[in-house]
Amino acid sequence: MIEVRNLTKRYDQTTAVNDLSFTVKPGIVTGFLGPNGSGKSTTMRLILGLDAPTSGDVTVNGKHYAEHAAPLHEVGALLEARSVHTGRSAYNHLLALAQTHGIPRSRVDELIELVGLESVAKKRAGQFSLGMGQRLGIAAALLGDPEVVMLDEPVNGLDPDGIRWVRDLMKTLAAEGRTVFLSSHLMSEMALTADHLVVIGRGRLIADVSVEEFIRRHSRNVVLVRSPQATELAALISSPDVSVNAVEPGLLEVEGLSARQVGEQAALNNFVLYQLKSEQASLEEAFMSFTRDELEFHATTSIPDTEKDEVLAA
Amino acid sequence: MSATALPTVTPISTRAARTRVGNVTQARVALSEWTKLRTLRSTRYTLLAAITMTIAFAIIPALINASRWSTMSAHDKASFNPFETSLFGITFAQLAFGVLGVLVISGEYSTGMIRSTFAAVPKRLPVLWAKTGVFGTVTLLLSLPATLIAFFSAQAILTGHSLNGHDIALSISDPGVARAVIGGALYLTLSGLFALGLGAVLRNTAAGISAFVGVLFVIPPLMDLLPSSWNNAISPYLPSNAGKAILQLGHPAHILGPWTGLALFAGYTAAALAIAAVLLKRRDV
Repeated sequence: MIEVRNLTKRYDQTTAVNDLSFTVKPGIVTGFLGPNGSGKSTTMRLILGLDAPTSGDVTVNGKHYAEHAAPLHEVGALLEARSVHTGRSAYNHLLALAQTHGIPRSRVDELIELVGLESVAKKRAGQFSLGMGQRLGIAAALLGDPEVVMLDEPVNGLDPDGIRWVRDLMKTLAAEGRTVFLSSHLMSEMALTADHLVVIGRGRLIADVSVEEFIRRHSRNVVLVRSPQATELAALISSPDVSVNAVEPGLLEVEGLSARQVGEQAALNNFVLYQLKSEQASLEEAFMSFTRDELEFHATTSIPDTEKDEVLAA
Repeated sequence: MSATALPTVTPISTRAARTRVGNVTQARVALSEWTKLRTLRSTRYTLLAAITMTIAFAIIPALINASRWSTMSAHDKASFNPFETSLFGITFAQLAFGVLGVLVISGEYSTGMIRSTFAAVPKRLPVLWAKTGVFGTVTLLLSLPATLIAFFSAQAILTGHSLNGHDIALSISDPGVARAVIGGALYLTLSGLFALGLGAVLRNTAAGISAFVGVLFVIPPLMDLLPSSWNNAISPYLPSNAGKAILQLGHPAHILGPWTGLALFAGYTAAALAIAAVLLKRRDV
């Protein structure tokens, strides 16, 4: 269980996390979603006490992380950038971390096997590929058999097999009753892995819903219409509730009307239709447009344009 | 490097047989720091360099002077210091221990390891004390035999050569000699810990080594630019001069007493570590 209450973190001029409150519950996979630079990594650092909050509070299993007698048994974390000494072997890296909690060597061996790094365990971590580095990070996170597993962008750099493996692992850990909290900037990834979503944009909470609910609320149904009289048709069906997008000359994307309604309107006005097709916009697009809308809603004049562009481009 | 196959996930078995996980204790953190120190190549190379230099720079000048002794002028013979010769390498060893002292902590910042370290030990200070204890012990256990070997081998080479009818070689039982030889090892140990403190405050390898070299090697000779009354008033209290007082035989002017000087250097080291401790608790990682 992770409880974040009115958490704010300011660095000089920038506010990385802004009055954020949410709870991550055990037994399910909670996805922490937001564009790059939205404050996900900062929030995770605040949870671990690596950074101190400017205001607000965060507890893990009822206490501040640093107050636990065996922190690695409470939270196992994979942090954003590599957090491994490049000159040390994977085995010795895990051993040094294990020794702080009196965790036996057999557990280190067990984890190296679990993440499939046996053949390279004695190699220096600096020689690892990004994917191998991620696996080493996951092994480190699981070392203390933690109640809470918190992973920052765990599938970064993994191949499709690795991605599926992480997905299965997260689900298995949640099924064991653990709290699983993982960040991503990809909605499509979260849709496959997570049960619940905490969505942030520019450090603020913009949604705290189940994945199911989020998809239901935000997936857009659009109708693609191909017609030689596209311009006239667009003028005819446009209304405050219906948005019409000219994708290319002669092709419209209509939102707010069903294919049947568009077809009937066209027939009434004797417009020729070449194609009429109902389509569901991708979840990624839905997520992007949702966060964009939310960010614009909260945007203030104090935000420099460059930063805004970055967020929108992400 | 090719990827290795991932085993299937199910089931993780950790729940079935709960892993034995203990609490974080100072002793456990010390064991972890010992593992960290001994598992880096840079440690081995730097320590080897420190010991080699301590011994080699005692033997080489001793050999040169011993072989030329019969042809040396009376003035050269009189100005030859058989004790300083045997501890000449300490200056070089000090540099090596200093670099390693900085790296012990700055290496964690440069690689990102510090995040893993402080995630495992979020109270942070046990890490600083463990690094201090482990690195200090290793430095002492290596520099003590090194200075003893340096002293005895240099004196063994010099023995049989005489000045004014006296053998120039010194015995460990001569006044002040045992204190200076053992003190040399203590001085090296404190230098390493002083560097560790600087590294923890500055959190950057280049900055830490620069500060170490600046304070111990660059500032002392700069004092000669000052009027001699100022120089004489200030110089004895500089960290390196205070620490090196332990290496002096006799009572030269403008130098603190051997133990007073070493105690002052220990004070500087403690101050560096104390500042590091305060900052370590306060700063974001």
